[in-house]
Amino acid sequence: MYDVVIIGAGVSGSASARELSRYKLNVCVVEKEEDVCCGTSKANSAIVHAGFDAEAGSLMAKLNVEGSQMMEGLSKELDFHYKNNGSLVVCLHEEEKPNLQDLYDRGVKNGVKDLRIIDREELVALEPNISDEAVAALYAPTGGIVCPFGMNIAFAENAATNGVEFKFDTEVTGLEKKDGSWVIKTSQGDIETKYVVNAAGVYADKFHNMVSGKKLHITPRRGDYCLLDRSTEGFVTHTIFQLPSKFGKGVLVTPTVHGNTLIGPTAIDIENKEGTNTTQEGIDELINKAGTTVKGLPIRQVITSFAGLRAHEDGHEFYIGELEDAKGFIDCAGIESPGLSSAPAIGKMVAEIVKDLTNAEENPNFVGTRKGILDPKTLSNEERAELIKKDPAYGNIICRCEMITEGEIIDAIKRPLGAKSLDGVKRRTRAGMGRCQSGFCSPRTIEILARERGVDPAEITKAGGDSKIIVGINKDRI
Amino acid sequence: METRELICIGCPMGCPLKVEMENGEVVSVSGNTCKRGDVYARKEVTNPTRIVTSSVIVEGGSLAAVSVKTKEDIPKGKIFDIMKELKGVKVNAPVHIGDVILSNVAGTGVDIIATKNVL
Amino acid sequence: MLNYDIVIIGGGPAGLAAAVSAKRSGVESILVLERDKELGGILNQCIHNGFGLHTFKEELTGPEYAGRFIEQLLEEKIEYRLNTMVMDIAPNKVVTAMNREDGMFEIQAKAIILAMGCRERSRGALNIPGYRPAGIYSAGTAQRLVNMEGYMPGREVVILGSGDIGLIMARRMTLEGAKVKVVAELMPYSGGLKRNIVQCLDDYGIPLKLSHTVVDIEGKERVEAITIAEVGPDRRPIPGTEERYTCDTLLLSCGLIPENELSRSLEVEMSPVTSGPLVNECLETNVEGVFACGNVLHVHDLVDFVSEEASAAGKHAAEYVKNGAKHAETGAKDIPIVATEGARYTVPKTINPDRMDEKHTVRFRVGDVYKNCYVSVYLNDERVIHKKRPVVAPGEMEEVVLKKEELAAFSGLSQITVKIEEA
Repeated sequence: MYDVVIIGAGVSGSASARELSRYKLNVCVVEKEEDVCCGTSKANSAIVHAGFDAEAGSLMAKLNVEGSQMMEGLSKELDFHYKNNGSLVVCLHEEEKPNLQDLYDRGVKNGVKDLRIIDREELVALEPNISDEAVAALYAPTGGIVCPFGMNIAFAENAATNGVEFKFDTEVTGLEKKDGSWVIKTSQGDIETKYVVNAAGVYADKFHNMVSGKKLHITPRRGDYCLLDRSTEGFVTHTIFQLPSKFGKGVLVTPTVHGNTLIGPTAIDIENKEGTNTTQEGIDELINKAGTTVKGLPIRQVITSFAGLRAHEDGHEFYIGELEDAKGFIDCAGIESPGLSSAPAIGKMVAEIVKDLTNAEENPNFVGTRKGILDPKTLSNEERAELIKKDPAYGNIICRCEMITEGEIIDAIKRPLGAKSLDGVKRRTRAGMGRCQSGFCSPRTIEILARERGVDPAEITKAGGDSKIIVGINKDRI
Repeated sequence: METRELICIGCPMGCPLKVEMENGEVVSVSGNTCKRGDVYARKEVTNPTRIVTSSVIVEGGSLAAVSVKTKEDIPKGKIFDIMKELKGVKVNAPVHIGDVILSNVAGTGVDIIATKNVL
Repeated sequence: MLNYDIVIIGGGPAGLAAAVSAKRSGVESILVLERDKELGGILNQCIHNGFGLHTFKEELTGPEYAGRFIEQLLEEKIEYRLNTMVMDIAPNKVVTAMNREDGMFEIQAKAIILAMGCRERSRGALNIPGYRPAGIYSAGTAQRLVNMEGYMPGREVVILGSGDIGLIMARRMTLEGAKVKVVAELMPYSGGLKRNIVQCLDDYGIPLKLSHTVVDIEGKERVEAITIAEVGPDRRPIPGTEERYTCDTLLLSCGLIPENELSRSLEVEMSPVTSGPLVNECLETNVEGVFACGNVLHVHDLVDFVSEEASAAGKHAAEYVKNGAKHAETGAKDIPIVATEGARYTVPKTINPDRMDEKHTVRFRVGDVYKNCYVSVYLNDERVIHKKRPVVAPGEMEEVVLKKEELAAFSGLSQITVKIEEA
């Protein structure tokens, strides 16, 4: 019997797990995929919103601002990539300047610091490639960008190090109340627990509705993105939003923490909770819109396009708390944008709710810091030479585009909750994330994964399940 | 009279060739722009041949597989028979360019030889 | 810090030929840096035959062709390091490289030859919509898995792109036991050689659909189906023309991109058309003593031309080492070669009538298929070459030969123009 079972190893579930590991609680995270960070958390804008967007007084607004304020410190404690690059909401029409003021006022009410409305001159000084149409902007110096995989993985690894158990490839199929506790039916058998945290992303309504009479309804809202090569680094340095107007909502153009340029997302409401396919219309719309706020977008440098699903609840609010009609069941639902920005605060809030319910004592062995995978690029040539002497695997480049070494890949495989698949390695090290999109390194990464995990190369998948890369040997069917 | 249609492989032009045949003999070639088309068509309809290449597993070497080919052209109709004979073939390192891997493959009288050194 | 006269970045066909030629031109101190575990580059996975007709007057497979040059390199006792990645090249010609045994190390070179080759355009760069499951490979990745590691990447295959690698892989997958259902090509013509269309597709009854592209990829974990559609003259899919193929694999053969990240860090000036460096007739870039050859310079159709070009680069690099900047000193100016009206680019980009050899072959590609046309060369406004061609196509490199005598005799020569003229 666990004290707490968290459904979902996305960023909310993992943040909650990490915060819960501060207490003497027996915690387990169940995840239907083979790894953490496989749903909404892996495909989004990778933005830390300053917090002026959400409606004043909403939980969304509160947790956004809190999360954003925690992010920098947390990125140091848990060693993930975060950059406070500031954001700009660009106004393209003189007559819409009042909307900019509204946004400013809301931000101030939400507690966002240092907000300013800037004129075109200052805007051009900040972003030389801004559209010629731009007349003014709301400047939020506290806005930031983050590696969403890095943050999610850091939370999960730190939780695991502090004793949280993770069960992968474990899909929840049912929930039953039994003698004051819960029986969770899964694809891997029944799991008993006193408390359940529902951090199931686009599926959170499904589990909520299994136990509660007050229904939730989550619509997967698809967002298409295009990622541009690192050669575009510096095209923009701030995150650039378009001021929502009668002309539409626009899409953002932002640098990523690794020096790529990201454009997106579209917003298309769909039925299929697994519908992460991009469409021609989506990509066309995206490319058209991205050219509105900036000029000369180097769209030919696109290296990949992808789609993510936002877990949009009809009420457009975070639902976090114990259900009145299902005691011991704690929702962490409706976590759409600014969910990533809010994750640190969401984790803290969930942990506090559970702590209050359980009166759990603090875990004296809790270690709040974690070292990420060593990035040799941050070392001097001398330090790097020393590292290779100690471990020659750091002298062997596997991913040529991102210059990732065998040493980093082995680290990604061997550390707690290590990578099992090509995508697992990619999210942890960036091997395969570059301009050739793993064309060159995938056969080599398969070899390393097979060797380190002691399995046949044919067993290695792209992302778990049936996503096999190798299906047989030559001539086996002739 | 039998007519065969081919695309010339001599150059990017890709002339559509028409070959008139009687009792297995070429009567005429048309559609070609140059002499190469005529030569190609006559060979292709009477005795089409190809080089077959593949790879076979090497044991004890620095690489997993060694590339191989038929030492000479083989009749086009024998391609899959050759692939079947190559199925499951394993050789031991070292292998050198030109080493015979299989002799008289699929009864063609042609040997399969290695096209790479694997030491 | 190590010191070499010439450092060659890449041990594929270009690097090998450049090294051998530089050595034979009298430079002793040469180092070839190769990132893979053997010399030969991409030729090692090109196990089909058809290489070397120009160079060796016989048809060889890729590994055999590479083998001939590797043999020459060994005979010439040229030094090389394998599994070695070049991390940076500074403008003062200090090369920073790394491998397991030597760690990070620096080499001061007098001359550098860039021979890094090219990479394939990925699915992402093509913006193909749909899911992102396993089973989507660039043709070259699949080629490596099958030909060098003995693994089948799929059973039922759709191929997008009819460049030579795509065609070759259609035959390879078929021979090794897979079913290739269709090859789709966005353009109204194939980018591959006619011989490959006949011997890789027609021989095995594989349909080639010109003016078609992939409009959807199905399958959450592994590819389950691919939908292709016809495209109009604007290359956009025409609604209603969709055809769905159940399959587990999509191979992409949609173009090659010269791999010039190192050249950029070296501040080499690049051509937006070829994505390769701009070079003069010595194959020297704007950075003195830095030369480029092979697919890093422009994507070639035949490896024989890579070897020829690389030999020239090796020779010129050797002259540079022996004579220093003096090698470039001439009385005449560098004359720009302008590619226009059907000709997309030329290599070289400039030519010096004083410095050039008696004859110089200028290579270029055309932007479309032209039938019964003329390849023309103008010195200023005067047409000096007017060569009739039954057909030219983007898939094959074209050439014109410029004569020193003619250029030198032309007074006031300020521009050479290469163009395609309709009959």
